Formats: sequence, structure tokens, C-alpha cells
Amino acid sequence: MSLIFDNYLLLAIAAPLALALAIALGLPKRWSVRLSYIAFAIPLLIALHCWWRFADAGQRDGYAFLATYHTGLGGLGIGLKLGLNGISLPLFVLAGVVGFAAGLYAIQSQAERLKIYLMLLLIMQGGLMGVFASVDIFFFYFFHELALIPTFIMVGVWGGRDRNYAAMKLTIYLTAGAMISLLGLIALYVKSGAHTFDFVALRAYLAAHPLAETVQGNIAGLLLLGLGILVSLWPMHTWAPLGYGAAPSSAAMLHAGVLKKFGLYGLVQIALPLLPAGLVHWSHPLAWFAVIGNVLIVGLITMAQRDLKQMIGYSSVMHMGYAFLGIAAGGIIGPGGVVLLMVAHGLSVALLFLLATAVHHRTHTFAMDEMGGLAQKAPVLAAFFVAATFASIGLPGFANFWGELAIFVALWKFSPVITALAVAGVVISAIYGLRAAARVFFGPSTAHFDGVAARHPPVDLRWSEKIPALVLLAVLFFIGFWPKSVTVPLDAALAPVPLVAAK
Amino acid sequence: MNLEAVKLAAANNSWGALFPELMLACIALALLVFEVVLPRKQHRYIPDLAIIGVAFTLLGLFLNFDSASLDSETFNGLLHHDHAGQVMRVFFLLSALLVCVLARVSLAKRAVPRVEFSHLVLVITAAMMLLAQSSHFVMLFVTLETVTIGFYILVSYFRTSAASLEAGLKYLVMGALSSGLLLFGIVLLYGAAGNPALPMHSANAMHYRDLAAFLAANPHNFVASVGIVLVLAGVAFKIGAFPFQIWIPDVYQGAPTPVTAFLAVASKAAGFAVLLVLARDVFASYAWLVIPVLTLMAGATILFGNIAALTQHNVKRLIGLSGVSHAGFLLLGVVAAASGAAMATGAVYFYLFAYLIASFAVFGVMTHLAGADDSDQELEHYAGLAKDNPFLAAVLAVGLGSLAGIPPLAGFMGKLFVFIAAFQAGARWLLALAAAGVAISIYYYFGWLKAAFFESLAPSPDGPARPERTPVGFAAGLALSVLALGSILLGFYQGPLGQWLTLK
Repeated sequence: MSLIFDNYLLLAIAAPLALALAIALGLPKRWSVRLSYIAFAIPLLIALHCWWRFADAGQRDGYAFLATYHTGLGGLGIGLKLGLNGISLPLFVLAGVVGFAAGLYAIQSQAERLKIYLMLLLIMQGGLMGVFASVDIFFFYFFHELALIPTFIMVGVWGGRDRNYAAMKLTIYLTAGAMISLLGLIALYVKSGAHTFDFVALRAYLAAHPLAETVQGNIAGLLLLGLGILVSLWPMHTWAPLGYGAAPSSAAMLHAGVLKKFGLYGLVQIALPLLPAGLVHWSHPLAWFAVIGNVLIVGLITMAQRDLKQMIGYSSVMHMGYAFLGIAAGGIIGPGGVVLLMVAHGLSVALLFLLATAVHHRTHTFAMDEMGGLAQKAPVLAAFFVAATFASIGLPGFANFWGELAIFVALWKFSPVITALAVAGVVISAIYGLRAAARVFFGPSTAHFDGVAARHPPVDLRWSEKIPALVLLAVLFFIGFWPKSVTVPLDAALAPVPLVAAK
Repeated sequence: MNLEAVKLAAANNSWGALFPELMLACIALALLVFEVVLPRKQHRYIPDLAIIGVAFTLLGLFLNFDSASLDSETFNGLLHHDHAGQVMRVFFLLSALLVCVLARVSLAKRAVPRVEFSHLVLVITAAMMLLAQSSHFVMLFVTLETVTIGFYILVSYFRTSAASLEAGLKYLVMGALSSGLLLFGIVLLYGAAGNPALPMHSANAMHYRDLAAFLAANPHNFVASVGIVLVLAGVAFKIGAFPFQIWIPDVYQGAPTPVTAFLAVASKAAGFAVLLVLARDVFASYAWLVIPVLTLMAGATILFGNIAALTQHNVKRLIGLSGVSHAGFLLLGVVAAASGAAMATGAVYFYLFAYLIASFAVFGVMTHLAGADDSDQELEHYAGLAKDNPFLAAVLAVGLGSLAGIPPLAGFMGKLFVFIAAFQAGARWLLALAAAGVAISIYYYFGWLKAAFFESLAPSPDGPARPERTPVGFAAGLALSVLALGSILLGFYQGPLGQWLTLK
């Protein structure tokens, strides 16, 4: 047993990857599908267990479940070091939960070439677990890229409308963003003089030998630009709605829900403690870009959308604006709110993408003008959708509320004007969210929908759709009602930030 | 060299240090003997003997890797054996092995002599192995010419194909020009270093160590600087760096695909092995000249290669121009090495190995898709490959992904090491350019994969028919699987190879 517990996090990463390899080597379809249930469940169970046991688990250097593996690059200060702290724990859980939901949904979907589709999803899942479990900055980047490549392929092969254009655009934007982030990380590695990618060693070294402020500013600028592209910071966001509009639902769930958080996570986990002065240097431009660009401009664009999936894509770009605001605000509450919002948004946007696809199965369209009255035919689907919309708007009772609240509190100290503008954004998101729910589910049904309904009488949410949706919604509610389960370890992990900054 | 030096060289001969090269030469000659002795029916087995011979040479080299002659000079200073030389020996032997495997597939499609092909490949390989270990300009020039003359024949090996002959002629003219430049540079350096009026002048100025001592004592000699630039230009031809890259697309397109692979990987690597030694050690005191020249070359090469590759439809031209961009990335590593970055040398070697593994995977797929006209390999021919032959499509995806530098494949690690080294050397702008180059390169690599995976295009009835795809045989299939898995494994776990290459 101790062999399993000692390599707990590695198991969560390796289980999906191992099955992906087995499928690539020619595992028969029946077995691929059956084993996929297990391969998606293992990361979820490990993540939940880590969450449950986190307080009791012994911590070393601020990390629990620490394990190190050598890959032959020890001379360069690169080694696979896995561990969880209060910042990575919620995201690790998020990756496990959303991955499980997306995996279940994919297994039940009637996708063409299901084996390859599952293989790509499994690679993505393994990469995602790795991103948030890595203590080594190199592997943090490495696993992100590992998870990114399947996204491109899934959009290109299984995508909907405009899939070729969307896949190409996604690839070029995200590769450019990743390359710039990589340069930022290399700059950190070289300029720090610590000759290690190990975050713990790097943090200790930089606490003793802080970087000059201009150097911090330059590196933080590179990271903000690179990671900003990956998180769809305005005006580099155009890949996101297009890509999500075209992506198959499970890929969109995993990318928008989890993988996109990589950039924000990198800023909170790595840039904030290592480059505090650098982030302060950029905080005002960043805040203005986020509030005017992401929150207001993209918010208004979202209101104008007629396509359900595109609307969800745009709304996720908009919510990333709040996360950037939290990072700009700094302190403990700001980044803490960002982590909460990341988890909450990840769950709610994954739920929305899942439900949007469920709606599409029943109406055969994503155009909201052609829907209406679906609530009578599918009341459970409608209830789920309304709940997800409420969560996404940030109503109390859902996890999103706490995230946004914390960000606004921190932001008030930073700049009241920006706070006022950001709060105005909440109204925008309430308008488009509720209007979408109303258009799709209530009101008179359109001629198009009547036609479709006559040919394929719509059924309510099936169990294959209900279970993933329920899993996502349950965690949203759980964190919404008991945010302490996330915030206690989170505060502990964020606390050293001002100490380093003060030096 | 005067008579005295020749006598000394003869006294200093330690043929045992050259056993891999000698073995290759013996096998190469034995192949010709077999062709005369064996009955005609058995001739088809002779190329396989070459493969087995190279494999055994490789095995012998591994067993003898830390041989006693390491870090010593033999043949009166013509050769210097060191760790890097051993690494490059392995590199060239691996290339030769893979070229012979590809040739089995490719040459079978045409009526051409096959024994001589293996013979030439082995002779060129032996010359390249010596080239990488030379420590004397005479050795450098003689081995380089052996390599180049061998390639003149190989490039135009398909004698009945106009494209192949044209490529051979272009390579001949360009190769002769570059040899001329190199020789002129060597002569200028020899003349400058032999001038008795200058400090540290030497009668043995062709030797790297004496030349380096002379250059260190005269750090701003005009004749020597011209000589250095000309030598760099001569080497730049071999690696296809800007502004000497113009021959690449035509020659790569016309040459038989295995020869293209050999040119793209081994010939380029040989150039880089020489360039590393020259830029880092021999010309170290002329860093004020070497670094700016190489920096300009690297930047322009990255830009040219990537931008020119964007519009290509012929995959051989495409891979040729993408190879130009790889030469640019490698030059970035050489710049870092010349500026004294600690890990740059290892980074360049790692990059070369990653490039070898990925390139041969892609070339292997190309040989299977080529028709009777080897120069006509269009992107459209790849349509529907994923459906018809998932194995080749998967190998292609891994190979191209590694070339594009996508994690977790080996190519990414190579790029990462080179980038870190370049950052340590402070080559910021070059690094920004390289990052932009990587982002651009995604477009054409992705376009190629898109043709193979996403387009299930039916061949149009009026257009020329798509060439018939060759079924994958056992040896080629094994080689391709090993290459694809190698790219993946080396990305995840560098293990001994990582230590072997990066820490020395």
C-alpha cells in the first residue's frame, strides 16, 4: 500500500497516460472504453482523497505528498518533483472533477473513432493532473504543452463548423503564447542564478537574493504577455470563442474549464512569490486591460452573440478578466479570490459546455433565435442550465460568488474606479446569462424547433448526461456552501507572499 | 607538411584509434568484392550486409566507448580524439544505418545499382567521422572533400531523372565554390600565421592548437580575420546557413530521398561539429568577429528558413527549408558556445540527436509515399494517409511534432536546451527571433499534418494520379517504430543520454 501512497500523485498522472499508450499500441475498442472509466476515475479519486487528507498530511517546504523522480537532467536542475500546496490543491481537484465529467461524457457520446478520441482526452487528462501537481517549473510547462496538443487535434478532427480555421488559429495563438511564456521561464531560470527549475529551491534562493526590480519587471512582462495569450487576455482573446465554438464538447470542457487556468495558476503560484515587484510594476496596465477589454468590451460582445456555444466561449473570456483583476489587486485576498474563481469558473463553464451540447442534441442548432420552449420538453435540462447560469453570474450559494466577492474586496483597495467598472460587468453577465436561458428554454417555440421536435421528439436529460452534470454541480454547491474547505489551505499557501515582497 | 612531419606522423600512427573508420572502409571495399564474386542472384543481399556491418561497427564503438585513446592526438596531430568525437561517431553511424534502411525501400522503385550506393554511404560516413575529429586543416579539407565528392555522386544517383541530374549539377557548382572559399580562408590563415614578423608565428599553422595560439597573440590581424570569415563561409555552405542556403531546396528536391535525408542530417551535423570546434576553441580570440558574424547568420537563417517554407507544396522542398531553419537554431547554440555558455555544446549535440531521430522518421514516411518520380512528392499526396495507413501517419505526426519542437517530444528538449544556453550567453534578440520562428514553423508543420490527418480528399479524376504507396516492410517498419518511440521517450526521460550529452 505504501508504494501506492508514496507515488500517489504520479499515479494520478500516469494512469490516464498509460491507458492512452495502450490504446495507441492497439488495445481493442471494447477494452479501451471499459478501462477508460477506471483511468478517468483514478485521478478523481486521488484528487478527492488528497483534498480530504490535506490537513493531516505531513508537509515539507509547504508541500504535501511530495515525491521526486529523476529524469536524467539533474545537472540542469530539472527533476520531476510532484507535490500539492494550498494553491495547487483546489486546481488539482478541479482537474480531477472536470476530467472525470468530460471523460464520462465522452465515453457515452457516439463520437466517430471513439478510441482515438478517448486516447487524446486521456493524454489531456494526464497532462492536466501533471500541470497542477508539478513543483518543478519545467514540468509545469511541459505538462501544459502535453495537454495542449490533443486540443488542437480534437478541434481539427472532431470539431464543428470552421474547424480547420479554428484549429489553425488556436494552434498558432497558443503556440506563440506558450513560446513567450517559455522564454519568461528560461529568463527566470537564468537570471535568478539558482540554476534550478525546482520551485522550492528557486523560492528559497530568490528570498535570499531578490532580483533587481527592472529585471523582475521584464520577466513579469514576458510572463504576463505569454500567459495572457493563453488565458485570453484582451486583445489576444480572439482564439477562444472561435476555438470553443468549434471544439467538441469534452475538449471544450477540459480546455476552458481546466487547461486555460494554467496561465493564471502560473501567475499566482510562480510569478507572485518570485517576482512581486515585477507584478506590481505591471498591475495598473494589466487592470485596465482586464476591466475595459475583458470585462466591458468582451462583455458587450457576449451580449450580442446569437450562437449559444460562442456566447459561452465569450463569457469565459469575460470572466478571465476578473481573475486578472484579482492578480493585479495583489495581497492575499486578491490571489485567493482568483484561485476560488478559477475553480468555480472551471466547474461552471464545463457544465455550461456540457449542457449546451445537450441542448444541441435536442434542437439540432446552436442558434438561440431558433430555439425556445425547450423547458416543457426537458425540464431537468432546463433546471441544470439555469443553475449553471446562476453559478456563472456569481449568485450566492455557488462557488463563483466567493471568488468574485474576494476579488472585489481586494480591488477596492487597489482602485475604486476599476472596482466600479468591474461590478458593472456583473450586470452585463446577468443580462446575457439570463437572456440566454430565457431564449433557449422558455417562451414560445420556433418553427425550426417544432420541426426538429416533430422528427425527433426531445427526451429529457439522459443518465449519461446527468451524472457528469451532477458531479460538476455538486462540487460547485459544496464549495459555495463551505468555501473554508478551499480557503484554509489557500491562505496558508499565500501567506508568505508579502513576506518576500517586503524584502 | 614537410617530409619530417610526414615521418613523425608515420611514427605516431595508432591505427587502433581509428578502428570504426577502418572497419567501415573494409566493409565498403568488401561490398564491391562481393559484387564481383557472388553470383548475380545473390546480389540483392549485399546491401543488407552493409546494414549488418554498420550495426556491428556501432556495437563495437559502444563496447569501446571510453577507449584508451580518448583525449589524445594521433597521426602527429591530424586527429584529436575526445568525448565529442565519440558522440559524433555514434551519430554518423546511426545516420548511415538509417540511410541504408531507407535506401532499401527507395532504390527498389528504380533500376539503379544498389551495391555502389551502400559503398558510397559507408565511405562518406567514415570521412565524416574523421572530419568531426580532425584537429588539423589538412585533415579537415581532405575529409570534407571526400564527403562532398561522395555526395556529388549520390545526389545525381537517379541518372535517368532530370531533376536528380540538375540537383547534382547545382550541388557540384555550389560545393566547388564553397570548397574554394574554405581553401582560400585556410590559405590566408596559414599565410598570416606563418609570417615570421608576427609573435607566436608557427611553421605548423594548419594545426588548430598552433593557430589558436597565434590568433590569441594577434587578436586584430586583418589577413587572419578575412581568413576566418572565409572559413566560416565555407562551412556555412555545408550547413545551409544564410546567405549560402540557396542551393538547398533544389538539391533536396532532386536528390533521391535517402540521400536527401543523409544530406539534411549527417552532412549538416558534420558541418556543425566542425563549426563548434572552430568557433569555440580555434577562433576563440576572434570572438569579436566570429560572434557577430554567426549571430547575423543565425537570425537571417531562422527567418529565411521559416518564411520560405510557408509557401512550399513539395514536401522535399518543405523539409529542406525547415532544415534551414533548424540550422539557424543550431547556429544559435553555436553562438552561445562561442560566447562561453557552459551548456551550449551539450545542447547542440542533444539538438542534433533529436533532429536525427525526428528527421529520419519523417524521411522514412516520405520514402514510402514517393512514387516512381522521386522528386514529385506533393503535400496533396498525403491526403487521407491517416485512414489508409495509420502507422505511417502516426510516425509522421511524431516526427513532425518533434521537428516543430512540441513537448513532450525530443525536439522540444533540444530547443529548450539551446534556448537556455542562448539566454545564458545573453543573445536576447536572437532568442526572440527564434521564438517567433518556432511560432511560424507551427504553420507549415501543421499544414503537413492537416493534409495527412484532416483531409480525406478524393483524388481528382483530371489531375495526375497520386503515386502508389509502398507497403511497410519489416526492417523499415521496425526502424520507424524505434524512431517514433525514441522521439517520445527522449522527450520524457533523457536519462543516460541526457547526462552523456549535456553534462560533459
